[in-house]
Amino acid sequence: MDNVIVEALVRALAVGTPLLLASLGAIVNERGGVVNLGVEGLMAVGALAAFAVAYPQGNLWLAVLAALAAGAALAALHAFAAITLRANQFVSGLALALLGTGAAGLLGKRFEGFPLFNKVQDWTVGGLTISPFTAAALLLAVLLAFWLNSTRGGLTLRSVGENPAAADALGVNVARVRYAAVLAGGALAGLAGAFLTLSYRASWADNPTAGLGWIAVALVIFVGWRPLRAIAGALFFGFLYYLQFRLQGSSGIPTEVFSAMPFVLVLVVLALAGLRGQQGDAPAALGKAYVRGER
Amino acid sequence: MRLVPLATPSPARAGLVTLAAVAVALLVCALIFLAYGASPGEVYGTMLRGTLGDPVGLAEVARRTIPLLLAGAGLALAFRAQFFNIGAEGQLLLGAVFAAGTALFLPLPGPLLLPAMFVLGALGGGLWALIAAGLRRVGVNEILSTLMLNYVAVSVVTYLIAGPWKGRDVRGYIYTDTFPQAGFLSVLPGTQVHWPTLVLGVFVALGLQWLLTRSTFGYALRVVGENPGAARYAGLSAPRVMTVVALITGGAAGLAGAGEVAGIHHRLLEAGQLSLGYGFTAVIVAWLARGNPALCLVTAPLMGVILAGGDLLKIDLNMPFRVVDVFSGVILLALIGSEIFVRHRVRLGAGA
Repeated sequence: MDNVIVEALVRALAVGTPLLLASLGAIVNERGGVVNLGVEGLMAVGALAAFAVAYPQGNLWLAVLAALAAGAALAALHAFAAITLRANQFVSGLALALLGTGAAGLLGKRFEGFPLFNKVQDWTVGGLTISPFTAAALLLAVLLAFWLNSTRGGLTLRSVGENPAAADALGVNVARVRYAAVLAGGALAGLAGAFLTLSYRASWADNPTAGLGWIAVALVIFVGWRPLRAIAGALFFGFLYYLQFRLQGSSGIPTEVFSAMPFVLVLVVLALAGLRGQQGDAPAALGKAYVRGER
Repeated sequence: MRLVPLATPSPARAGLVTLAAVAVALLVCALIFLAYGASPGEVYGTMLRGTLGDPVGLAEVARRTIPLLLAGAGLALAFRAQFFNIGAEGQLLLGAVFAAGTALFLPLPGPLLLPAMFVLGALGGGLWALIAAGLRRVGVNEILSTLMLNYVAVSVVTYLIAGPWKGRDVRGYIYTDTFPQAGFLSVLPGTQVHWPTLVLGVFVALGLQWLLTRSTFGYALRVVGENPGAARYAGLSAPRVMTVVALITGGAAGLAGAGEVAGIHHRLLEAGQLSLGYGFTAVIVAWLARGNPALCLVTAPLMGVILAGGDLLKIDLNMPFRVVDVFSGVILLALIGSEIFVRHRVRLGAGA
């Protein structure tokens, strides 16, 4: 019995890790007022950049750095479109998702099926094997919660997301803060991708993210843009993935029910959040371009 | 550099900006091909020669244009109402499911079968979009919900063809039995161009343009899309408009799905073979047309070239088909980024 619980926890943590990292990133840029639906694409390029640098025996630290940089670089396109050119943020994010998954699939073709020999070693803590990425994600969630709520920088970011005009009047450079938030968000999504190829699977296959990025986007709404709640949310969806894996084949329920389950659940969860009025917690200026002098 | 708003942006300006955006996008894609290790000249050359350069290629472009035209025209209408339906892919699949179910299981007299397939196909797509419209009422962003529904639709198709609808004589394969002959749509000889669907697409595009610009409902739709506050003040029910818009946009995508199974496959088969990302590409078709369903008559063939060209790149240059996603992403990004230059003039130099 104990084993079942431990196994469930370990697997929930493993799948929850990229979800947590990516949603923390999305929380940062959404708290700054910019929606980014491109997480799936950012994760994909992060995954590829990490694998390409690490393969076959490369430096893992460099690989992680490459993933951060790749995520930030792709997110910079979104920042330019959404902030400087005031484009529709939702559609720009969608374009980013297409571009990111497409580019990762195209440029990653040469690695298809290749394994990574020096994957990131898991840690064993009291009988629990966890990836260093998982530990980092949990730590980051705590740090981010503290930074957002208790520091001057966090306050600045939130004010830009809630009321950019007021922040501007107080001398905050709205565009600069938003750029920084989007780039940081992209870097974190890239890190989530790095986890997938350096630790979770340690090989390259097309579509390494398999829809996780979209779930991360929905997760942000579900947890009301709060980093600490994101830990619980990521564990919850991680656990669902474990159930899917666990019940598959043995339950008599068609496998397609399980493959559709995360997406159906996201819809249910979003609807519940909507009915409860959770959307009311969204940063007030979310999704709107800021133009000085316009209301 | 600063941007000066223009009071009345001209259509010519919109056209020029769109062309420039597409040119920039093609340039960026060329850089990505260089990174991949393919010569952009060879890539674009292959695409153009194999699509516009010979009759077989043109037929392939026409074949891809059909679903793009139907789904794109519906999306163009939805975008005008600010209903960001990104789920044409799933709605198309559900249209194919309903049409296939009609052909396989409804005992209809021969001449009625094809019309019934299209009507029920439209219904299937419309209902799938209606879920998103319903969720929007409780505050769920339709971009997210329609995307999730795409994934669910893929599972629905897989479940049916591997489970209850699996054909009796297909052995290991997963697809349904072949439709009865009466469910086959005629094609241009020697091609896979099911021309009745193409004709239908032209009518739908023109009809929706008429609906949008000439009808009372179209007026309500535009007001709801452009100024929700004014719409409320005028007593227009935004939820009701959204419901109708969802049925139309999903229904048009459903027609596209019905056309694919009736005209090409004659059975229900895997989602990846039913649609080559038509739903996502249709988003670009609609965006390029700047929300005018009739303009999709021009933009759908353009994107048809990219889809048919992507197929050639896969076969001739051994590139992954995901290259189409790169095109789609870059073009979409360039398009929405360029929007501001339609409504603003750029003035160089500093100054207040």
